[in-house]
Amino acid sequence: MTETLDEKTTGPDVRIDPDTGNKIITWERNGETMEFIVGSRPEGTDVWQRVPYDAADYGPVTDFATDFDHADPAYNPNAPEVWKAVREGGCPIAHSDRYGGMWVPLTHDTVHDVAYDTEHFSSRSVVPGVGRPGDRALPAPIGVAPPISSDPPFHAIARRLLLPAFAPKAIEPWEPEIRLLCQRLLDEMGEITPGDTVIDAAIQYAQHIPVNVIGRMLGFPEKDEAMFREMVHEVLERINEEPGTRQTSNDFGAYVQEQIADHREHPRDDLTNFLMNVELDGNKLADEVVEGMIILLLVAGVDTTWSAIGSSLWHLAQHPEDHQRLLDDPEVMTFALEEFLRAYAPVTMGRLVTEDLDFHGCPMKKDDWVLLPFPAANRDPLKFEDPDTFVIDREENRHAAFGLGIHRCVGSNLARLELKVAIEEFIKRFPRFELSGETRWSVGMVRGPREIPVRILETS
Amino acid sequence: MRVHLDAEKCQGHNRCYALAPELFDVDDYGQAMLIVEGDVPEELHDKARLAASNCPEYAITITENG
Repeated sequence: MTETLDEKTTGPDVRIDPDTGNKIITWERNGETMEFIVGSRPEGTDVWQRVPYDAADYGPVTDFATDFDHADPAYNPNAPEVWKAVREGGCPIAHSDRYGGMWVPLTHDTVHDVAYDTEHFSSRSVVPGVGRPGDRALPAPIGVAPPISSDPPFHAIARRLLLPAFAPKAIEPWEPEIRLLCQRLLDEMGEITPGDTVIDAAIQYAQHIPVNVIGRMLGFPEKDEAMFREMVHEVLERINEEPGTRQTSNDFGAYVQEQIADHREHPRDDLTNFLMNVELDGNKLADEVVEGMIILLLVAGVDTTWSAIGSSLWHLAQHPEDHQRLLDDPEVMTFALEEFLRAYAPVTMGRLVTEDLDFHGCPMKKDDWVLLPFPAANRDPLKFEDPDTFVIDREENRHAAFGLGIHRCVGSNLARLELKVAIEEFIKRFPRFELSGETRWSVGMVRGPREIPVRILETS
Repeated sequence: MRVHLDAEKCQGHNRCYALAPELFDVDDYGQAMLIVEGDVPEELHDKARLAASNCPEYAITITENG
């Protein structure tokens, strides 16, 4: 691998701008001073620009090819049908005037090409919404939450700091603890009368698993689990709200700073102390950078994995034949796991266009958003045979659930482990269950069921 | 049969290590490493093909002899 770790770096120095409250981080690299502004106050600053968009002017989407909106409540419940209809209408890349202009590639090829072209598609903001970073704000290559918000060359440096904590052999030892956690959640459901009792597989099970696991890895108090969930929801689902009104984000930052301070006072062997101790050319990371990385891990690791677990259980509740196959032939899980990830990939990302360009015939302009729906790529018939059918032992499955290119999900090994264990424990405890009532789907960039009422038909 | 791994293309998806641990290992950063030299033993041919056809980044290629 070609890294730039031998470059000479000093700093970072951090100061607070008294006028805006934004954090200004100065960093010297190879004799060149770089300044990074981290903050979310739109008024009077050029940090976040309010894009000219008011959801009320548009209303519900009637044509996703020309007026795409990932925040339309009808989108997530029907996303596979939307992608199919738009593609079959002869449109591989949808467009929208919403959010100041947004493009949405819907084929594997076009998603792949955006993900690989980090020169024209910047990651400095990955959540298309009403707030967009200005020219001086959150500049490439670092961004507010490295490495997800970073571009080359800084990306590789920030990513390399995180990778060892999430490598397969670092994650494998967590399996017994995740299994116990799942069993405890199942125990806590109380008395189950087969054929009668209805539980919620999202609310009582799926949503508790990732937040507990990442919280434990970070060494954060278990009692704060519900608060994490609120904050993660806030960042990902309320994208239509005004930037600066997101009180929770500020509270979240303050909370993480408290935890960092506590870890400084009482060091322990966990992910927070790991991040506080990693060194870049002999310098530890600024607390602000550690804070950004922790928030990223919480935001990226909680909603997403919980959605994958929920979607998988939602599928099994409607497909007893797949459920039975997993019980009869546990080895098939190797393939089933990847098929759950392909068919129900939860994560869509975003990019910002860095300069005007023609992309597959689309006249993209600087600062346009590009929505990057990896789940749509996973159902492209040019790439996957019979893409809308769940094939439990699909042998060739190059799905893009964890992204493609340099931003491959850093937590993919952990997410896979949690998904596998969560499904195994649930179907072992409840060998038969069925949907019982309305499933409620998420709104926004993470797709998954938020309420899954299921009737338990059999217990072990 | 020979297996080739393009380390520049590998992004650490870890699919090859999960499907064919006899042929691939992963380092401390989660990057794949090929652990066979030369011809792949006959009994591992299917696993090699499986690893190649599941790599999202097309980092693994296979050359069939003869």
